[in-house]
Amino acid sequence: MSAIFKREFVSYFTSPVGYAVLAAFMFFSGLFLWVYCLFPGTSNMSGVFQSMFFIVLFIIPLITMRLFAEDKKQKTDQALLTAPVSIPSIVTAKYLSALAMTGLCLSAFVIEGIALSFISHPDWSVIIGNVFGMALLGSAFAAIGIFVSSLTESVIVAAIVSFAVNVIISLIDTVASTVPVDFMKELLTALSFQTRYSHFALGLFSLSDVIYFITVTFLFLFLTDRAVERRRWA
Amino acid sequence: MIKVKNLSKTYVKNKALDNVSFSISEGEILGFLGPNGAGKSTTMNIITGYLSSDSGSVEINGKDIMEEPAAVKKMIGYLPEQPPLYNDMTVEKYLEFMFKLKKVRLPMKEHISKICEDVKISDVRNRIIKNLSKGYRQRVGLAQALLGDPKVLILDEPTVGLDPEQIIEIRRLIRDLGKDHTIILSSHLLSEVQAVCDKIIIINHGKIAAQGLTSDMTHTGSATHRLDIIVEGRRQTVHSLLSKVDGVVAVNDIGECEKGCFEFTVESSRDVRRLIFRAAAKTDLCILSMKPVAVSLEDTYLSIITGKAEEENNNVSDI
Repeated sequence: MSAIFKREFVSYFTSPVGYAVLAAFMFFSGLFLWVYCLFPGTSNMSGVFQSMFFIVLFIIPLITMRLFAEDKKQKTDQALLTAPVSIPSIVTAKYLSALAMTGLCLSAFVIEGIALSFISHPDWSVIIGNVFGMALLGSAFAAIGIFVSSLTESVIVAAIVSFAVNVIISLIDTVASTVPVDFMKELLTALSFQTRYSHFALGLFSLSDVIYFITVTFLFLFLTDRAVERRRWA
Repeated sequence: MIKVKNLSKTYVKNKALDNVSFSISEGEILGFLGPNGAGKSTTMNIITGYLSSDSGSVEINGKDIMEEPAAVKKMIGYLPEQPPLYNDMTVEKYLEFMFKLKKVRLPMKEHISKICEDVKISDVRNRIIKNLSKGYRQRVGLAQALLGDPKVLILDEPTVGLDPEQIIEIRRLIRDLGKDHTIILSSHLLSEVQAVCDKIIIINHGKIAAQGLTSDMTHTGSATHRLDIIVEGRRQTVHSLLSKVDGVVAVNDIGECEKGCFEFTVESSRDVRRLIFRAAAKTDLCILSMKPVAVSLEDTYLSIITGKAEEENNNVSDI
């Protein structure tokens, strides 16, 4: 399992994808830091985290698109699936490599926090809480992206479909207002990633949000395992 | 060593394998022959655990692939039709990755070095796989299958894309490996299977059309003798002369091979070479060449694949 993790993680940097993703993430987090903190002259990074939601939504599919689709296309899945490694550990290794890449992106905030501490006194509990929340969000997006990647041979299709799924699941609460049934309204709002994530950005830590993102992660990793297994029976 | 029982596999509506059973003993080299789409790769993919069969079982060394997949997979080295190579890695890094993936417990550096020498890829160890030629890619794929010195090797068309010199080298390597490994290899090259394998299975439309020892398969149909003859003289005269020889069943005209000389193939129920010589001498016809043609595996193969000799098939499958 560690062999697969290492290979996948290293391969982000043998192609331009890893650098492009990191560069984009750093650029936008820097831009928002300027817009929300440096320009108005405040050390409150809430605005930065709130705005980064959509950047994460678009960047994670770029991190996960390759993970299963490329293997299927290059037939390297034959090496993985005929090795003495179980499918759940293959899925887990690939997921962890995507999560590690996400973690690398999130390190941008730590750097920004340190930068801010030279000129002001940023609230580290807010920064750490938000990075944690964003890691949970990234984890759920990564699991969705891996699942989509396991359904197709095309890296591009995997990326586009993951974008679409991420957008739908994030903005599902906007549909809620049009639903006449109260119960459905509440359910849709509760399912929305944006609703859940905005709690973190506002500095609210709720266990149910944490459990929600972890559940979504496990659900989609489980579905990925099923999708890979199912292909053997096709 | 390997026992395959009643394997069946259907892709959507297309029946890829239909009740395939065979077994191989330790140290044997089995050749899979068949036209494209016959089910060779599907069978190999099921044995290695890449695909699941709809029904039937695969047992290696007494262990079932469905029940103990990890244990069985550890015993197998597999070279699929398209070598499973990561294009962005160097040969060295790729082999190290596969070594760890297969959980091999041997000294890594030495083991990889030895395999690289065996398959002659030591000179490209630091090159990126993407930039390698087809022949090198094929050999890196073979190297990957040999990692961990597995007891069973499954090689899907191992010599595809190699040049003739390399083909001979790889065949020699496979024969050497065959001394202490059990090997299944598939090929569409009859000569290859004939040269390398102890046992042959001919597979067509997902069914085993024939199986037997290479030596038996090659001599099948030896009840009929076949001669290739070149005689100087008028075509008609020679033809009627040959037809009249006692024991001759059929005479086929091949055509004029040099001026005034005609080539024929003669099929007979027994050895008629002396009779033909005397008959020709009596009528003053000059035999320029006469050679017996062995019934080759190719004939057996073609007759089975085209389904011409339906009865003969059954005889062969009984072996």
